[in-house]
Amino acid sequence: MFANFEKLGVAAVTATAIYALPMAAGADTLRLLTWGGYAPEEVIAKFEAETGHTVEVTTSNNEEMIAKLRATNGGGFDLAQPSQDRITSAQEEFGIYKPIDMSRIKSELFIPSMLAATAENSTFDGEVYGLPHVWGTSGLVVNTAKAGDVTDYTDLCEASVSGKVSYRLKRPTLIGFAYSMGLDPFAAYDDADAYQEILDQVEAKLIDCKPNVKTYWGGGDEIKQLLRSGEVIASMAWDTGGWQLNADDADITFVAPEAGALGWIDTFVLPARGRADDAAYDWINFVMRPDIASMITNTAGNFTAAVDGDAGVNADLKARYQGSFDQAAIDNIKWYPPVPAGLEALEGATLDRVNAAK
Amino acid sequence: MTSDASRLGFYLLLAPILLWLVLLIILPHIGLFIVSISEKVGPREYEYGLGNYAAFFGEPLYWRTFARTAIMSILATALTLVLGFPIAYYIAKLTKGRTKTTLFLMCMIPFWVSELVRTFGWMILLRETGVFSNLLQSLGLASGGVEMLYNDAAIMVGLVYTSILFMVVPLVTTLDSLDDSLIEAGYDLGANSTSIMREIVIPHAMPGIVSGCIVVFMLSLGNYLTPILLGGKDSLWFTGMIYTQFITRFNWELGAAFGFLLLALSSLVVFVGLKLSGQSLSETMGRS
Repeated sequence: MFANFEKLGVAAVTATAIYALPMAAGADTLRLLTWGGYAPEEVIAKFEAETGHTVEVTTSNNEEMIAKLRATNGGGFDLAQPSQDRITSAQEEFGIYKPIDMSRIKSELFIPSMLAATAENSTFDGEVYGLPHVWGTSGLVVNTAKAGDVTDYTDLCEASVSGKVSYRLKRPTLIGFAYSMGLDPFAAYDDADAYQEILDQVEAKLIDCKPNVKTYWGGGDEIKQLLRSGEVIASMAWDTGGWQLNADDADITFVAPEAGALGWIDTFVLPARGRADDAAYDWINFVMRPDIASMITNTAGNFTAAVDGDAGVNADLKARYQGSFDQAAIDNIKWYPPVPAGLEALEGATLDRVNAAK
Repeated sequence: MTSDASRLGFYLLLAPILLWLVLLIILPHIGLFIVSISEKVGPREYEYGLGNYAAFFGEPLYWRTFARTAIMSILATALTLVLGFPIAYYIAKLTKGRTKTTLFLMCMIPFWVSELVRTFGWMILLRETGVFSNLLQSLGLASGGVEMLYNDAAIMVGLVYTSILFMVVPLVTTLDSLDDSLIEAGYDLGANSTSIMREIVIPHAMPGIVSGCIVVFMLSLGNYLTPILLGGKDSLWFTGMIYTQFITRFNWELGAAFGFLLLALSSLVVFVGLKLSGQSLSETMGRS
C-alpha cells in the first residue's frame, strides 16, 4: 500500500521535473496564444510530424491576449496573435513583446505589401514587433430578404429595423458609425481633442439609436444565433460570421458598408518572456506555406498574408468573399492604424455613457 | 513527548488552511490593494494616490451601477428566501424517509451541471424564438414572438434559480433540528398556524435563514455570468464593470479599486443584515 503511494509520488515528482526542465533544442513545446480557427488540428498534427515540436493552443481575443501577457509580464506563451493596431501601444505601456528577428523569417512567403505595412505599423523604438498572418474585415451582417435596405452603419438606426438590430458596445462600433456619419476618426487618432469631438457626435447618435437595439452582443456565437433565429435582421459583425451564416441561410450574408468595411490584420508577435523562440519561428514559417495557409483559411474563414495562400481555398468561400467585396469595396476598406496609448480611455468613457443612457 | 506530538499534529492540520488563507486570499488582496492605490501618470509610470477611488465617486455611472447591483442582489435574496422556505419546510417537516431524500436530491440535480449550461438553458426558454414564446403562441395567448430575455426580470429569474439550493440546504438542516413536539404543543395550547410559524418555527430557523441569506447575497453580488448573459442593453452589473476595466480598458488600477469597493459593500450589507436580525456571525455559522 505504502510502496504504491511512494511510487506515485516519485512518478509525480519526476513528471514535474521533466516539465520544469528546459527542453532540448530541436523539440520544444510551442505555447500558442491565438484566435479560434487559426491553429486547426490537422495543421498542428502536420507541424508536429514535420518538426518534432509539440503545440499547445490557447484561444482568446485581442483584449484578453494583452491582459494575459500583462499579468505575467510577457510570460506563459511563446507566440501570440494580436491585431496589428494593438502592438505598439501595448509594448509602450507594458513591454510585453520582444522584437522579431527578420533574418529567421522566410520573407518570400509573405505578400510584400502586407509584410511592409505590418512592419511599419508595429515598429516601436526602431524595432519591428509584428508579422502579418490573417486579415479580414468587420462590417454589416444582414438578412437581405428582411432588411435589404441596410447598406451602411447608420442604417441600423432606421425605423424599418427597429428592435431587430444588434451590435457590440466596443470600439469598432464607434469607428464604423463615425465613418458612416462622414467623419474620419483614423485621421484624428493623434489629436485627442479632435478625436473627442468625433466621439461626442458618435455618442449622441448611438444614444439616439439605442431604442432600435435588441441587445448589445458579446460573443460571436451569440450574434450568430440571434441572426440565425431571425430575432435580429441587421447587425455589425465580422465577415466570416456572415459567410458562415450564408452557408446555412442564403438570405443572410456579409455586406461591406458604403462607408467602408473596417480592416484588421492579426499578426505574429513574440511575448517578452517566451521560452521557445525556435519553435515559434518554425511555426511562422510553416503556417505561411501556401498549402498550410489555405488549410487555415478554410477553417478560420479569413484569408492570409501568404503568397498564393488562396490557391487551395474552397470555391464556396471564394464565391462568398467575391459576393461581399467588389474591387471598389476592397479599395474602400479602412485599415486600422496603430491605436495610440490612452485613446482607449476616451473611447471607454464614451461607451460607458452610451451604456448608461436610457 | 505526547504533547509535542499532538502540537505537531495540530500545526500539520492547520497548515493547509493557513496556506490557503495566506497564499490565495491575503497575498492577492494585498497586491490588489497596492494596484488600486496606483495612479497612472504616463506609460509605465505610476504614483500612489486615491484617484481611483475618487473616480468611482465622481462618475455617477459607477456608483449607480454599484447601488443597482446591491439592491437587485438584496431583492434576489429576499425572493430566494420566500421561494426556498416553503420548499425547505415541506422537505424537513412534511416528508419522511425515501420521499425526503428524493426531494432533496431533486433540488440538487440541476447543480450537477455548470452554471453556464444552466444559464444557456434559461436563454433557450426565454428568448423570442424560445420555448415559452412558442408555447404562448400555440396556445393563442400571443400573436407574435414574445421577448422575455434581455431584461432585469430575466436576471432575477436566473439569480434566484442559481442560488436557491444554497438557501434550501441550511434551512432544511435547521428545520430538521426543530422537535415536532414543540409544534404539537403549540397547537395543544390553542395557537393557529400563523402564530406557530411566527413564534416557534421562524425563531428556531433564524440561524439557517441568516446563513442562507448571506450565502445567496454573496453569490448574487459576485455573479458575473447570469447578469451578463440574461441582461439587456440597460442591465449593468458591477462585476461586469470590473471585468471591463481589467480586460477591455487595460485599467487594472480602477478595476482593483472597484474590487475593493465591492468587498467593502458586501461586508457592510452582511454586517447590517446580522445587526438587523439580531444574529451573530459565530452563532449563525456554528449552528447551521
